[in-house]
Order: sequence, then structure tokens, then C-alpha cells
Amino acid sequence: MTATTTSARSELSELGRSETALRTFLHGLPGVDQVGAEQRAAQLGTRSIKTTAKAQAIDLAIRMVDLTTLEGADTPGKVRALAAKALRPDPADPSCPHVGAVCVYPAMVPYVAEVLRGSAVHLASVATAFPSGQAPLEIKLADTRAAVAAGADEIDMVINRGAFLAGRYKEVYDEIVATKEASGDAHLKVILETGELATYDNVRRASWLAMLAGGDFIKTSTGKVPIAATMPVSLVMLEAVRDFREATGRQVGVKPAGGIKTTKDAIKYLVMVNETVGPDWLDPDWFRFGASSLLNDLLMQRTKLTTGTYSGPDYFTLD
Amino acid sequence: MSERVAVRKTYKLFIGGKFPRSESGRSYLVQSSNVSLASRKDARDAVVAARAAVKGWAGATAYNRGQILYRAAEMLEGRREQFVALGIPGDEVDAAVDRWVWYAGWADKLAQVYGGANPVAGPYFNISAPEPTGVVAVVAPESPALLGLVSVIAPAIVPGNTVVVAASPSEPLAAVTLAEVLATSDLPGGVVNILTGAITETAPTLAAHMDVNAIDLTGVTDAALATDLEVKAAENLKRVLRPAPADHDWSVVPGLDRMTALLETKTVWHPKGV
Repeated sequence: MTATTTSARSELSELGRSETALRTFLHGLPGVDQVGAEQRAAQLGTRSIKTTAKAQAIDLAIRMVDLTTLEGADTPGKVRALAAKALRPDPADPSCPHVGAVCVYPAMVPYVAEVLRGSAVHLASVATAFPSGQAPLEIKLADTRAAVAAGADEIDMVINRGAFLAGRYKEVYDEIVATKEASGDAHLKVILETGELATYDNVRRASWLAMLAGGDFIKTSTGKVPIAATMPVSLVMLEAVRDFREATGRQVGVKPAGGIKTTKDAIKYLVMVNETVGPDWLDPDWFRFGASSLLNDLLMQRTKLTTGTYSGPDYFTLD
Repeated sequence: MSERVAVRKTYKLFIGGKFPRSESGRSYLVQSSNVSLASRKDARDAVVAARAAVKGWAGATAYNRGQILYRAAEMLEGRREQFVALGIPGDEVDAAVDRWVWYAGWADKLAQVYGGANPVAGPYFNISAPEPTGVVAVVAPESPALLGLVSVIAPAIVPGNTVVVAASPSEPLAAVTLAEVLATSDLPGGVVNILTGAITETAPTLAAHMDVNAIDLTGVTDAALATDLEVKAAENLKRVLRPAPADHDWSVVPGLDRMTALLETKTVWHPKGV
């Protein structure tokens, strides 16, 4: 580590101390060229990935899936079934890898923990008054502690968009720091809800804010607003984690969530990861897909590659 | 003022109510036109579109399906000259319209004729009702280009199935023009999907596809290929329709066989009070 990086690092860690310093830093980040970002993302979506490369990409994508159910109608039985699917997504093919994690509401964590115990599949829980984040801080922290106590080893928190959009960056920062502390050893994923942030500049600022405050992952969306993960937004976030590692030496993961439904979409994202931040991020520890219906499409494509015939939705579970 | 340059038509596939080019970008020269040469992936996309359309089409009332098919017949009649310009005899176009109307009339009558109450030894109402099979792959006959095509598409969709049709490779223009008729006649997108190109390329994909419920091999003339397709279709127990080649006199009234071959029967037992 060079002397400049070390001093830059200590400077960055000081930012959280004052509202003014944070604002000066975040507004000093270079603006995002909207047309350029959208064009670049579209261009990355045109790469052709075939045969063995496709097979590898599909297996990697399966390992990166955060198999998610976040419905009011979730029951213990439903989440148990989902956890069983996470362990063995394609029961007909033992060579099919398990998914990255199961993601549920805090109340459902104990039931999933029972099924996943002893396996390498992580257990993520949303917390902090998901999806709106509009609750007093004590309640958000209690929510987080309860999820960790019940067995979650990853916490998906939502940022306070109201405060962020009003320009109260320090408040958002402090909440993330407090949630990080409340989650203890659990990995903290910070949901920016980019569909509500309106501009790419805001996405870049929120990404930096979340990373400065100690987030281990930055995640695009809750999946509960009409605009979820898009390629350009994910590109902006990937650039942010790349620049952040350059400035501080700390690597942060990225998780696009919502709206990724087909294998083709997933492969486009993998191409974007590889060409934006490089192979260091092509690992379930550093890149995840928040999805539910994506997994079945990945499995169908996988079956096509192994058997040579197109499969149908009749042969995979409905979640 | 310069002389007007005629706009030449591009003949494309018909998938999900849209007219895309082949995903592979290929085309072939036939009937003095460039026609899309469908690939395996186009066949896959067509099955996805057909599957998505099943719920709405099978769920529509039989009366409604009939009305939509009558509307298609009206559109077909209105384009008579266009088909004649493609080299199809006027008599054949008329016969195709009549065939379409004949099948449309069956939409809300099939259940009475093919289903009904069964007498059983017990205090039950026992009723059998026909239901559509689902997604049907059809290899259309090589000729007659229009009458043959209509005679295989109409019986499949009347009971509520959706179809993926591999059109005649040597005379595909009638099929693409029929697609334009269907696209303008209230038929929901995806109920009929038409692939032009080589049967040897699309048919095996459709026969092996696990999300296809039945396959009609009427247009397969090569016995070895037909057998191969039957073997592939057996994997997920598809219903297979393989009429003997001699049976193909398209001018006679067809009967119900083509419709009933693509139906399932649901039987309901209902306890009867005293």
C-alpha cells in the first residue's frame, strides 16, 4: 500500500464525522454520463456466450442466486420448501450446484435455518423495516438483532431514502453504521432502492455512502417498487465498488435484485461484471442475484445443455 | 418527378403475434422471395409464446373462440386477391375460407358432441368434458399451400390449443400471408406461431421439446424422419398424429378426427342427493 492510498483511506474514514464533509465529498464525485452509461450497458448485453462458456456461466449464476421470497403470504412450509430447493435446485441432477443464499423476512429465518444447518448455503434476512425503511431507528436495529439471533448470517438492510433524498447524508450514514454494529458478524448488504433515487448521480453517491459506512455489499432494489435492477444502474454501482477498492483497498460486493428473470439477462450481468470490475468479483462471495423465477430458467437452460432437448416449466417446482 | 420504386416485401416469421426475422439472421430464396430460415432457437421462442397464450385461449369461452375464428375467415376472404397473386388458385382460397368457417362453427359444439353425461352404477352425476391438450406442434403439408395449412391449423386451435407450425418449405409465402390475416383478426398473439424454413431443422426441436404436448406429422413425407420424430416425441408422451399419406384428400369434408385427436377428456363425479 502506498503512502497516498493510506492517507486517502484515513481521510475517507473521517468523512462520516460531519454532514458538511460528507456532502462535499459525495457532491464532489464525478457525475455519471447518462447516455454513455446506458450505451455501455446495452453494448455489454450483446456479447455472445455459447457452449462450454455458457455452461460455466449458468453454473456460476446458480451459485450466485439469492433465492428470495418476500411475501406477506409466506408460511413456514413455503420457506422450508424454498430452502430445500436452495440446497438441491435440480433433484434430477446431482452435479447441479447449490444456490448462494436464501433470502426471507426475519420471522421466517428460524424455519429456513433448520433446513440449511450444516450446509454452505447462506441465510439472508431483510431487516430495518423492509421495504420502506420508514420506522424509528430503535425498531430497525431491533429488527436486525432479531434476525441475526434467529440465525441469519447476512442482513439485507434498506437505506433511509427519505433522508437521502432530503440531503441528510449523515443520518443515512449513521443508520448504516448502527445497523452494521447491530448485525455483528453477519454480512451487511445495503439496499439503495435505485428505482426511488431518480438519477445515476444519486446512485453513485448512495453507493459510496453505503461503502463508506461499512456495507459489505451494495444491492440495487427491494423488488417492491416498479423499477428494479437495470443494467445501467448496476454498471454505475460496479464502477463505484471498483473505484472504492482502488481508493481504500477494501472490496465490496454487488447484488442486483428484481426483474432479472432469464438466463440471458443473468449472463449479460456476468459479462458486465467481468468487463467492469474483473474476475475478482465473479464469485458468489462478491456478486449475487436477488431473484426467484430466475433459478427455474437457469435450470431449464442447464437441462438443455446437458440433455440437448428444451425443457419446460412443468418439470421444475413452482415457488 | 422520378418514377416510383415499388416497396418489396420481407417475409418473416410469426411468433407471439409479432413478425420477427430469424434469430439466426438467415434467409433462403424460394418462390422468388427471401424468406426467413427459422433456427432451433426460433422454435424454442415460438413454444414459449405458444405456452404463454394457452391460458387465455383455452380459458376463453368456446363461443368467443368461434367468433374470433369467424372474424379470421372474414379477413381471409378479404385478402383473396393477395393469395391469388401468390399463385394459389381462386378455388383453393375459397375452399380454405369455407374450411375455416366449417371449423369455426365447431368451437361451441364440440363439447356437446364429444363430451356428455355418462350413466354410472351409483348415486353420481358423471360428466365428461373435452379439454385442449395444450401446445401443439404442427408440420404443415407441403401442398396445397393454403388449404392444407388451414386444414391443419384450424382443427388444432378450435378446441383451445395453441400451435407452432412448421410451414411448407417450398411454398411458405401463403403461410406468412395467412399469418398477416391472423394478426389482424383478434386472434390473441401466440395462439398461432408460424416458422418458415427447413423441416429437418425445426421439427426435431419441436418433437423433443418437453413443453410441447402434441405433434402433428401430417407434412412429414420422409418415413425415416417421421419415425425419428415419433421417437423424440415419446420422451414426454406427446400425442402424435401421423395420418397415412394416402388419406390426404383435402377437398373432402374432414370430420372431427383432427380436433378430437388433440383433446383430453376430463370426467367429473358429483354426488347426487336423494
